[in-house]
Amino acid sequence: MHGRVKVKSTAQQEEEKRKEREKKLKIYVAARDACFSKRKEGVWDDGALQITQQLLSSNPDFGTLWNYRREILMHLETVKDEDEVQKIYEAELSFLESCLKVNPKSYGSWHHRGWVSTRLPRPDWARELGLCDRCLNLDDRNFHCWDYRRMVVKKSGVPVDRELAFTDRLIGSNFSNYSSWHYRSTLLPLLHPESPEPLPSPRRPPPRSSPPASPQNHSHRVCEAQLLKEYELVQNAFFTDPNDQSAWFYYRWLLGRAEREEMISCVLVSREEETVTVAFSRPVDPGGLMLLLDGQPQTVEWRSVHPRFKHSPVWICDLPPGTISDVTNEHNLTVHWMERHAHRDCALYTGRTESWCRDSATDQELFRSELSVEKTSVLQSELQSCKQLQELEPLNKWCLLTIILLMRALDPLGYEKETLAHFQTLREVDLMRSAYYSDLCSKFMIENTVLKMEYAEVRVFSISDKKLTTLCHLDQLLLVTHMNLSSNQLQRLPPQFSMLQCLEVLEAENNSIEDLEGVFHLPRLEEVLLKNNKISTLADLRPLASCPKLKRLDLRGNPVSGLEEVEAALTELLPSVVDLLL
Amino acid sequence: MAAEDLPSEFDVVILGTGLAESVVAAAFSRVGQRVLHIDRRSYYAANWASFTFNSLLTWIQQHHEEPQPEELQDWSSLLEEGEELIYLSNSDSASIRNVQVFCFTSEEDEEEGAPSTKEDDRGAADGDAVKETPESQSADAKDKAKKQKAEEEEEEEEEEQASQTKGEELSAAQSQSEATRKKISYAQLVKEGRRFNIDLVSKLLYSRGSLVDLLIKSNVSRYAEFKNVTRILTYRHGNVQQVCTISLYTCLFTFEVTFYLFVCVCVCVYIPPFISLCMYISPHLSVSQVPCSRADVFASRQLSVVEKRKLMRFLTSCVEETDEQRAYKARPYLEFLYDQRLGENLQHFLFHSIAMATEDTTTEEGLASTRHFLRCLGRYGNTPFLFPVYGLGEIPQCFCRMCAVFGGIYCLRHSVNCLLVEKDTNRCKAVIDSRGQRISCRHFVVEDGFVAVDRKKRATPPRFLSRAVLITDSSILPSSSDQQVSMVTVPPVAAGCPTVRMVELCPSTMTCMAGTHLVHLTCQSVGSAFEDLSPLVTTMFRTTESPDRETSPSVLWCLYFNMADGSGLDVKGHDLPSNVFVCSGPDGGLSHEHAVRQAEWIFKQILPEEDFCPPAPNPEDIIYNGENASSTGEEEEEEEEEQNKQGEGGEEWKEEGKEEGEGVEEGEEGGDVLEEPSDGGVMFSSTNLTTTPAMH
Repeated sequence: MHGRVKVKSTAQQEEEKRKEREKKLKIYVAARDACFSKRKEGVWDDGALQITQQLLSSNPDFGTLWNYRREILMHLETVKDEDEVQKIYEAELSFLESCLKVNPKSYGSWHHRGWVSTRLPRPDWARELGLCDRCLNLDDRNFHCWDYRRMVVKKSGVPVDRELAFTDRLIGSNFSNYSSWHYRSTLLPLLHPESPEPLPSPRRPPPRSSPPASPQNHSHRVCEAQLLKEYELVQNAFFTDPNDQSAWFYYRWLLGRAEREEMISCVLVSREEETVTVAFSRPVDPGGLMLLLDGQPQTVEWRSVHPRFKHSPVWICDLPPGTISDVTNEHNLTVHWMERHAHRDCALYTGRTESWCRDSATDQELFRSELSVEKTSVLQSELQSCKQLQELEPLNKWCLLTIILLMRALDPLGYEKETLAHFQTLREVDLMRSAYYSDLCSKFMIENTVLKMEYAEVRVFSISDKKLTTLCHLDQLLLVTHMNLSSNQLQRLPPQFSMLQCLEVLEAENNSIEDLEGVFHLPRLEEVLLKNNKISTLADLRPLASCPKLKRLDLRGNPVSGLEEVEAALTELLPSVVDLLL
Repeated sequence: MAAEDLPSEFDVVILGTGLAESVVAAAFSRVGQRVLHIDRRSYYAANWASFTFNSLLTWIQQHHEEPQPEELQDWSSLLEEGEELIYLSNSDSASIRNVQVFCFTSEEDEEEGAPSTKEDDRGAADGDAVKETPESQSADAKDKAKKQKAEEEEEEEEEEQASQTKGEELSAAQSQSEATRKKISYAQLVKEGRRFNIDLVSKLLYSRGSLVDLLIKSNVSRYAEFKNVTRILTYRHGNVQQVCTISLYTCLFTFEVTFYLFVCVCVCVYIPPFISLCMYISPHLSVSQVPCSRADVFASRQLSVVEKRKLMRFLTSCVEETDEQRAYKARPYLEFLYDQRLGENLQHFLFHSIAMATEDTTTEEGLASTRHFLRCLGRYGNTPFLFPVYGLGEIPQCFCRMCAVFGGIYCLRHSVNCLLVEKDTNRCKAVIDSRGQRISCRHFVVEDGFVAVDRKKRATPPRFLSRAVLITDSSILPSSSDQQVSMVTVPPVAAGCPTVRMVELCPSTMTCMAGTHLVHLTCQSVGSAFEDLSPLVTTMFRTTESPDRETSPSVLWCLYFNMADGSGLDVKGHDLPSNVFVCSGPDGGLSHEHAVRQAEWIFKQILPEEDFCPPAPNPEDIIYNGENASSTGEEEEEEEEEQNKQGEGGEEWKEEGKEEGEGVEEGEEGGDVLEEPSDGGVMFSSTNLTTTPAMH
């Protein structure tokens, strides 16, 4: 026989290993100390390079040493000629390559590589791209490499179409990797912008002079021909594996991505309260707001509806007492928003107690903005293919959710029934996220109710018995006077609720409300019906004290009504209330 | 080692170096048995062998020669009391028959003269082959004539040279338009003959098959390198009706133009009389890629999105047995697939390419092979198969090497003439080798071909496999990479025809010279190999019978032969002593299952208690004879010194890093060493992650 097997006792092996480790540690510590002392002395020579190299190759995450190394290299740059520097940096790159082989996810190594690449007198970007490709082949989710690659691409000016082909390849080999899809989403708008119009003016010219009619910002859209190709590609992915979220997310990006433009959506003037309320399309900071009353700039202080909000979509200011209180006077108001160079006028006519100027949600197709409206036929055909998939996979949550989004983009009211049914299925198949679906469903129901209200041109918002779990879009309800939220599953009236500046009657029976934080400083609120809720302490009712006109309060069926001497305490807390039901 | 020097006593004597015999040899040697492993041939691996082009020509010549009957020597002088002799057959020639060779390329390399001769060269090749093929076909009718022809190869060469000039004149006009492809001449094939490793059998390794498991378990894998089979292709026929055929044609054409996927549209012009029947069914044929992994399904251009979903669902549902599947158990798999309402497209892929089923495959069998296929996906890449670099003939040799490392003794061109059997116990006590030496042994393992005909059980007539080996100038499905290893299933062209399995190898597998592809065709024999396979060759490739198929690869050279099907032999029923075990030759299956099982069975019969091929220790754990314990100490010191050196000079470190880098790249270009991927097979980790979860 050629040989026999070495057999050693395990204790002996352990001892040997321990000794070996000790020896290694000793060498390592000695080298580290040598490094530190050299750095202190300001030694920037080849020897220091070598010793840091040894240390870093065993521990590439030693940031201080990389810094020291950079100091040395920068010093060498000043004393050597270009060819020598090039050589030094090339050696550095190959050293880094060996470090990356040891730990392909070392922050230090990747950062240093980025630094070296930018210092290199004659960089070889092709080689760097090749390295990235090799790394991504081994692990296509190595974000260090992705970052580095982006840097390389930027520096070397790789054409966008080649990068798109690169994502083609990566997606082909593994379509579950969202990094590749995401990268694609950044490239497509560059390569296939939506319209042949020059890019610098991405907004469509407004068809009406003012206010701007399109709330959607199309600067990051992709042209339709390319979109269709992308739909096909992504459909291949989600038909192959409908449980893979990467494809679905990308699909949603394709369908959506429109952002609402920042604008003043409503100006409300009230004679009685002598206030001006301004609503914006998104939360803003009031700095840069200017109010002109009959052409005169006013010095006013803007306050948000609730002290919690520093950023808010609704801001209020009090006008100096007596300025508009006379009903026989007519006033013209203009709110200027300097930041966006936007303004909105509002006229308060004789005999009117209040006046407003706004865009309605229906005009703007406001609630479709989550999926931008491409040509309806395209969306319709997308809906068809999703339905086709749903037939094959009736319980796939991604598919159901996408169908819901498509239906909303197409016709939110027409598909309401189907949407509700799909939400029910979603809650059943994805129990872990049932609360999310309930909230989302609430949001859609509120949107639909807003739309219905606007079509009816009334100021009554009624959404009872719809299993609402949350309230949203309250900034859209600035003008609402009557609100019916009864028989839902609400647990609280959040601070945003204080945006309902015109609210007079709130019906919220049969919920699970335990928190009234948002019923705060509502100047016109007279009646609050909270029968059968879960308000348990007097403290919970304290916000109501800020509503000066509150007359009627129904608290029957709440734990709080069972408390001792509650009536007396309430009379003291809410002196304006004349009709208290306990 | 000279014969006289052979020890006269062994535990096991093994005659024949095929896969099963070699595995048995390694297994015995690993557990400390004294093994003598011999083969009468001058090469290893018997009918499992791989040959260079030139040695294949020698092999062909050998099989054209009449086996010379050796006179039986009388060894009775070596008999002891109570013993009798059993003579073994002296040749295994019965296992190979109907060897036919065709050359479709010009004899000489005419490149050197002037570049313009390229055209003539091409034309010459055509003309030459035109002349030759009918001749060989007529020869085919008469066995004798054919043999003569092959025997007198030199004469033939002259003849061909003569015809070449004729060919030049004939096709000068025709060749001008089509002189784009540069053709490799016969002389180049011979000159570069060492680049070829042409397998006699054509098989692949399932990445979770018994052979891969055995290679890993026994550490034999360290002697070999492997490549992934990169593509699974299928060959589909169109419809009977004219309208559909046209629409299919257009559809395929669009594919070709619109997408990078290349689909060959083959139009048959020459219809050989014996396949005219099938041609009604398959006027248009195409090669396409079978989507089998998740990434394939995603990328496939042939499937609609709905089909993709159905396919993925079916594959996922296959992983675990369902009640529905159980209900179909004994019914045909085709019926099961049909009832799944997958559509014709998917059914074709699943039936022919993934399950590799035939009409009489039951649902149980079909699902089992589908499951096996799926389990194999993702272990070493996106297809379930591996192919050994340098050819399949490497594998038996690797096992022989393992046997030799642990003390087995090897002799080629050495045989056993007869066995000495103790009459009372009916056990083989010793063998007499071809040099008349008596070698005693406790067990004797022999390749089926060496068992004398009168000792064989003759219940069923032996089955044969039809094989063809083609050297072509390009791939049947060109793609962005020309280094593809493809496995193609060709469903029966007509009822009663066999399913043909095709494996196309590229030069990076080290089995053929640059600029060529090696194509192996295998099927169960119905007629001779030529009869079974040449119709397919003429429809898929450009030969003299189908000269105007310009998109198809040209065949430069091809070989047809029939080989006995090892799975058809009942090796257990032979009239032989109880301690003599017979290994059948290669079987027709794609996997190596049959041979590995047989080897394990034999091993367990003899040594039921021992471990079959236990892991061989790593070389660094072996202390070689003559070394003592102190030597290890020295090694450690050396290591230490090295470390110190590295500590001092940064230069060496860099160099080392560089070398490593190069090493990795080489590894990627060449084959991959088999590793158990579960514990950090970094090389495959990415593919593992992506494919495995999807399928399970």
